Amino acid sequence: MTARKEKIVLPLIAVLLGFVLGSLIVILTGRSPLSMFAAIVKGFSGIDIVNGQPINTRYIGEFIIQAMPIILTGLSFAFASRTGLFSIGAEGQLMIGSISATAVALLVDAPRAVHLPLVLIAGILGGALWGAIPGFLKARYNVHEVVVTIMMNYIALHFNNFVILHIFGSVDRVKTAPFPMSALLKSPFLENITRQSRLNWGFIPVIVAVVLFSFIINKTTFGYSLRAVGYNKDAARYAGMKVSRNIIASMAIAGAFAGLAGAVITVGTFNFGRVIQAAEGYGFDGIAVALVGGNEATGILLAGLLFGGLKAAQPLMQSQGIPREIAGIIQASIVLFVAMKFGIKMVLDKFERRQAPSTEGDRV
Amino acid sequence: MSYIVEMLHITKDFPGIRANDDITLQIEERSIHALLGENGAGKSTLMSILFGLYQPDSGSIRVRGKEVKISDPNVATSLGIGMVHQHFKLVHNFTVTENIILGMEPRKGPVIDIRAAEQKVEDLSKLYGLAVDPRAKIEDISVSMQQRVEILKMLYRDAEILIFDEPTAVLTPQEIHELMQIMRRLVEEGKTILLITHKLKEIKEVADTCTVLRRGKLVSTVPVADTDEQRMAEMMVGRQVSFHVDKGPAKPGDELLRIEQLNVKNVKGVLGVKNLSLSVRAGEVLGLCGIDGNGQAELVYAITGLTKVESGKIFLKDKEITNLSIKERIDLGLGHIPEDRQKYGLVLDFTLGENFIIHNYYERPFASRGILRRKAILENAQRLIREFDVRSGQGAMTPARAMSGGNQQKAIVAREIDRSPEVFVVVQPTRGLDVGAIEYIHRRIIEERDKNKAILLVSLELDEIMDVSDRIAVIYNGEIVGIVDAASTNENELGLMMSGALRKSGGASRLVHEAARA
Ligand SMILES: Nc1ncnc2c1ncn2[C@@H]1O[C@H](COP(=O)(O)OP(=O)(O)OP(=O)(O)O)[C@@H](O)[C@H]1O
Ligand SMILES: [Mg+2]
Repeated sequence: MTARKEKIVLPLIAVLLGFVLGSLIVILTGRSPLSMFAAIVKGFSGIDIVNGQPINTRYIGEFIIQAMPIILTGLSFAFASRTGLFSIGAEGQLMIGSISATAVALLVDAPRAVHLPLVLIAGILGGALWGAIPGFLKARYNVHEVVVTIMMNYIALHFNNFVILHIFGSVDRVKTAPFPMSALLKSPFLENITRQSRLNWGFIPVIVAVVLFSFIINKTTFGYSLRAVGYNKDAARYAGMKVSRNIIASMAIAGAFAGLAGAVITVGTFNFGRVIQAAEGYGFDGIAVALVGGNEATGILLAGLLFGGLKAAQPLMQSQGIPREIAGIIQASIVLFVAMKFGIKMVLDKFERRQAPSTEGDRV
Repeated sequence: MSYIVEMLHITKDFPGIRANDDITLQIEERSIHALLGENGAGKSTLMSILFGLYQPDSGSIRVRGKEVKISDPNVATSLGIGMVHQHFKLVHNFTVTENIILGMEPRKGPVIDIRAAEQKVEDLSKLYGLAVDPRAKIEDISVSMQQRVEILKMLYRDAEILIFDEPTAVLTPQEIHELMQIMRRLVEEGKTILLITHKLKEIKEVADTCTVLRRGKLVSTVPVADTDEQRMAEMMVGRQVSFHVDKGPAKPGDELLRIEQLNVKNVKGVLGVKNLSLSVRAGEVLGLCGIDGNGQAELVYAITGLTKVESGKIFLKDKEITNLSIKERIDLGLGHIPEDRQKYGLVLDFTLGENFIIHNYYERPFASRGILRRKAILENAQRLIREFDVRSGQGAMTPARAMSGGNQQKAIVAREIDRSPEVFVVVQPTRGLDVGAIEYIHRRIIEERDKNKAILLVSLELDEIMDVSDRIAVIYNGEIVGIVDAASTNENELGLMMSGALRKSGGASRLVHEAARA
């Protein structure tokens, strides 16, 4: 199998095996896997196989809403990975992005064409700053990024809540006052065509981010040096690259993606700044998305959509009498099977080889 | 006649290249069988097939007359086949014994019986004259000792058929000599050895039979006694090879590299280079020779900026570079062929084309306004591949990891020579190269010299040092113990200096023990 083919086939097999395992568990709990699949199909498209309802764009809108932030946190994790860093900081960077967006949304008064971009940029910069800090500590003092990013996640959580409660003065101890319209990604048009789903303009910055990710990594000299550092730090140093600077820049950009996710959630899905009780899992979902997507832009987009759909299907499963955790189990087993890709590859190679001699035998 | 191993009509394809094409190899029991061929001829591939790392696309293998299917290295081990790879596979913070028993630990109840293992390692070491300390940590022992650990690993698993992939490339002449003795001893004890090497001298010295491959095909198998080095070289590259470098006299000009009173610490934190002064002029090759580990690496890393110096000064074209960054040194005209090709020389996960631009990726013609220019990168790669005959399956798009060891080396040398730096630090440039490639690279280095560049050649191979250099500096224990004229010295004199027994300064020479007596 060629490397290219492998990159496409292996994740697909992992996804397939994930669904098989999910079905088995459903069967073990004495329910029908068909109703599980029905729920998943409905989550993605609104098509109701059981009651015979056609496509419903509302469901499509909702599952895209679920996919948007985890695509961005996926890009975040992948970007750091390409420089050889293991960043678990997307969650916190997202929160900082979110609080930065909140601040600009509440404090700035401007027409939408100015205000909305400012909100998004604030989110990006907030996340970038939060990412740059572990980058700097790694580059300068060689403190491991995993430790620092985990700590930074907690700091972000409490910082976010402190700011919401004590600076923006939450009335109900849960959220701030609503944002002005000029700060929102809301789109009556998109809501209309998706039967009043929460779909909003947020998908545009997401697509831009996906394209930009691929462009930076593959086409720019900056991306080249990041990859060089990621693959072989010693060789990069030998060639005169500034390894420390690259590490900081890479962590900052990773943070920027996550920060954008925070902004997109805050002024897209919601329209107010909110107190966060505990980590919401966007960071870890992002890691899963990046792993399944092979740290490549297109892969991350597809994996993000898949996992977004599974998330959207959760409540539907529950209504079918299937525990909603099944969706989580499917997601987890897909990641597990992706991690087992060498095993899958070995089996595939054996299979291919077994076929090869037989055709040869025919020729003789 | 009985063969212990027969590989019959083996064919193996890699993307874009047929690495082995209908090769038949028959190995006699208790013999040393050499495998010779140009870089990329398919030697490592063939041996990896025998060791179960790759599966042949067609062909069959017989061991002791029985047809076998070696689907992975465990099968090979159970058939009594062992392999020492070119790049060792040892755990550095484990002891010798721990490395050897890894994967087949002897147990006493639930715990590992390390005593018994150490005893067995010690016995084996004695039997074959390996002199390895079973309790030493890998990170503390020399490369040649590490290699012996790899040998012990095979013996511990009762291997009868031992494969060595370019074992001498990383050894000093003395260590090579010892390895040859170990090999003879192994054969006396009933082992069979398959030896890949580019050094014809070694084949002549120890091997019984030699099989020559060229571009994946079998050229022939000959008894070593019936052939000579010249003929083997011809069989291998298909033309006459000259073992000596034709060069005119040097015309030394200005001092381009000057080192004053340099002190550098080594990885263990003690001074590896002590008060060393040296200079290299434009238009000359200064060879630096010495036994491995006498400060060569520290000196090179200090010049190129990979390590900080303790004290002293380094000047490049009269500009002090002692504390400049690596990038600044490169921009001032410093070039470096690193000793460790997989650590510093290449990004193994980059393509060949990407590796060629590692210093200049941000400049025209390879980039403009921060965007890489694919076409220019590709053209550059194709030119270098052609000029230096770098062989690989998919040309510029080959991942460096998928290239043969020698071709990886050629790629680095090509990249650095092509940059034509003013001051060129060249370390072990021909390690792992075939005789044809060595001839070519030496010629290119001389061409650089004749373009008035200053070249510092660091090598463990005395032949290379004596052939290519104009002057030779000998380093011993971190100090320069003498500088001699390449034309008027000989192996003997250099050997004495390398071992610290002779010092030479300004024409006067004296033996160290005489000096001590005086
Ligand atoms: N894993 C691989 N994937 C793709 N191509 C490979 C792989 N291993 C080897 N090749 C190709 O097969 C050919 C033979 O390689 P091999 O390593 O056997 O050469 P070799 O004779 O050992 O050369 P050298 O003397 O340089 O070590 C080379 O052209 C190499 O590019
Ligand atoms: Mg090889």
